[in-house]
Amino acid sequence: MAQQDTVEPTRRDFLYIATGAVGAVGAAALAWPFVDQMNPDASALALASIEVDVSAVEEGQSITVKWRGKPVFIRNRTAEEIQEAKSVPVGELPDPLARNSNLPADAEASDTNRAAPEKEPWLVMVGICTHLGCVPLGQQGDFGGWFCPCHGSHYDTAGRIRKGPAPENLLVPPFEFVSDTTIKVG
Amino acid sequence: MAGHSNYVPQSAAAKWLESRLPVISLIRGSFVDFPTPKNLNYWWTFGGILFMVLIAQILTGVVLVMHYTPSTANAFASVEHIMRDVNFGWLLRYLHANGASMFFIAVYIHIFRGMYYGSYKAPREISWILGVIIFLIMMATAFMGYVLPWGQMSFWGATVITNLFSAIPLVGEEIRTWLWGGFSVDNPTLNRFFSLHYLLPFMIFGVVLLHVWAFHTTGNNNPTGVQPKTKQDTIPFHPYYTVKDLFAIVVFLILFAWFAFYVPNYMGHPDNYTEANPLVTPAHIVPEWYFLPFYAILRAIPDKLGGVIAMFGSIAVLFVLPWLDTSKVRSGTFRPLFKQFFWIFGAVCIGLGYLGSQPAEGIYVILSRILTAYYFAHFLIILPLLGFLEKPKPLPASISEAVLGAGQPAGAVAGPQTK
Repeated sequence: MAQQDTVEPTRRDFLYIATGAVGAVGAAALAWPFVDQMNPDASALALASIEVDVSAVEEGQSITVKWRGKPVFIRNRTAEEIQEAKSVPVGELPDPLARNSNLPADAEASDTNRAAPEKEPWLVMVGICTHLGCVPLGQQGDFGGWFCPCHGSHYDTAGRIRKGPAPENLLVPPFEFVSDTTIKVG
Repeated sequence: MAGHSNYVPQSAAAKWLESRLPVISLIRGSFVDFPTPKNLNYWWTFGGILFMVLIAQILTGVVLVMHYTPSTANAFASVEHIMRDVNFGWLLRYLHANGASMFFIAVYIHIFRGMYYGSYKAPREISWILGVIIFLIMMATAFMGYVLPWGQMSFWGATVITNLFSAIPLVGEEIRTWLWGGFSVDNPTLNRFFSLHYLLPFMIFGVVLLHVWAFHTTGNNNPTGVQPKTKQDTIPFHPYYTVKDLFAIVVFLILFAWFAFYVPNYMGHPDNYTEANPLVTPAHIVPEWYFLPFYAILRAIPDKLGGVIAMFGSIAVLFVLPWLDTSKVRSGTFRPLFKQFFWIFGAVCIGLGYLGSQPAEGIYVILSRILTAYYFAHFLIILPLLGFLEKPKPLPASISEAVLGAGQPAGAVAGPQTK
């Protein structure tokens, strides 16, 4: 019996391995549809962008719109709020990255990088706490921005995390001003 | 399971069946003639109680599905329809909702019984591990079931729990999207939770059979932890334990009925009678009571990934419990130090449950951290050390001696207990 271990592989051995390998690839290929069917379907992806008229949003007001099933906060900030957000050195922030889908991933979390380009008062963010996904409440908390009631995360007037368990700043979704009063999100 | 029966088929039909599928002798060997230690106390009846609750949950669940609609547009209304319009719908739903809580009450008692009497120790490690697997599937089933009524707590509970997976490095976001089937908890999420909520109880049923098979192979543990040595140490399962289990089931059903008929919403949250709204989070999100100790552990760690690891770790540690407890003595009855730490551990678990129900701020966070540290220390430091430091009390020579007192010849008429 011991001698059998040292003999050359036969054509039969090759056939066993080749058959097994083809079978394994086939099983994996068949398993994939069962896994992938759980990913977002075509109808979920079709809802990927919306256009919002913001002409009625005065300074100091916000609206919440629904995009991909999530709330998106659109706020026309006051001069005071902008001033407050600008006064914080980026080095002191728990999350120093802008988290702005319209900018490179390594952009720093300055107020300019968080707000709409060339429209400083406008802040557009996904209203989902980066901790465990609750919806933060506006103009509350220790920094006058947003406060998440679930586990106590405080965001500032630029939507940056300042205190609490959330690891990241509120996400700025892909968006652009298609006209002076219309924002396209997604 | 089989092999304990001296069943010999008598009728022609029984002989015919037995020679083709020996199912009668299998059942008799497992649940009729099965030799069971004669000293099992009422803590041992919770296995039978759990089996009854599992069957009750499956029965009420199957009929509720006949009236429920799994879609975000209709789910909440269909549950109200069950409560108001369906004949006895209110009863079936209250039995099912409270049944989940009763299931966890019984399973926690069952787990702590196993811990006190060392039921996880050799040779019953596999029974214990299968039990932990059942516990995990139960938690998944209960969580998904709570999402189905599509109330505010359903929605936000589902959001918080599925977001736990986004803490996984690199692929966390993709896993979360895959679980949701979209970019938030929505209709696809509700549909798949419904599908899995129907499937998992049957998986529990399968693992329960393996669980029973395993401890019927090794024999039941018993309050002394001493293995049965002679025939005098055991009695047949039927009628002795069928009757004892049935009595315990009836008593347990009184408690169950009290909840279902008198305080059916005591263990629920009023917020869940508000339909799910993805744009508004309730002020205070709390999971169902049976998840509170684990929720406290999650929130005790100030780091998102760390909290998730600690929470799953608090259950994972149970899998290796048989190898963490180094003592050779099974039963806590004969372990004076272990006994004290066992009750401290029980109090810590209840304390964590209380903290999980409180807001995550101030003193509650500090206490959660202390109790979380103790929870892990119990398994990873105290249990391994106790085996070396503790001097156990002398064990009885046999189950009969423990029951009848030393000096009585085995099999003699039971005399009054001497101690």
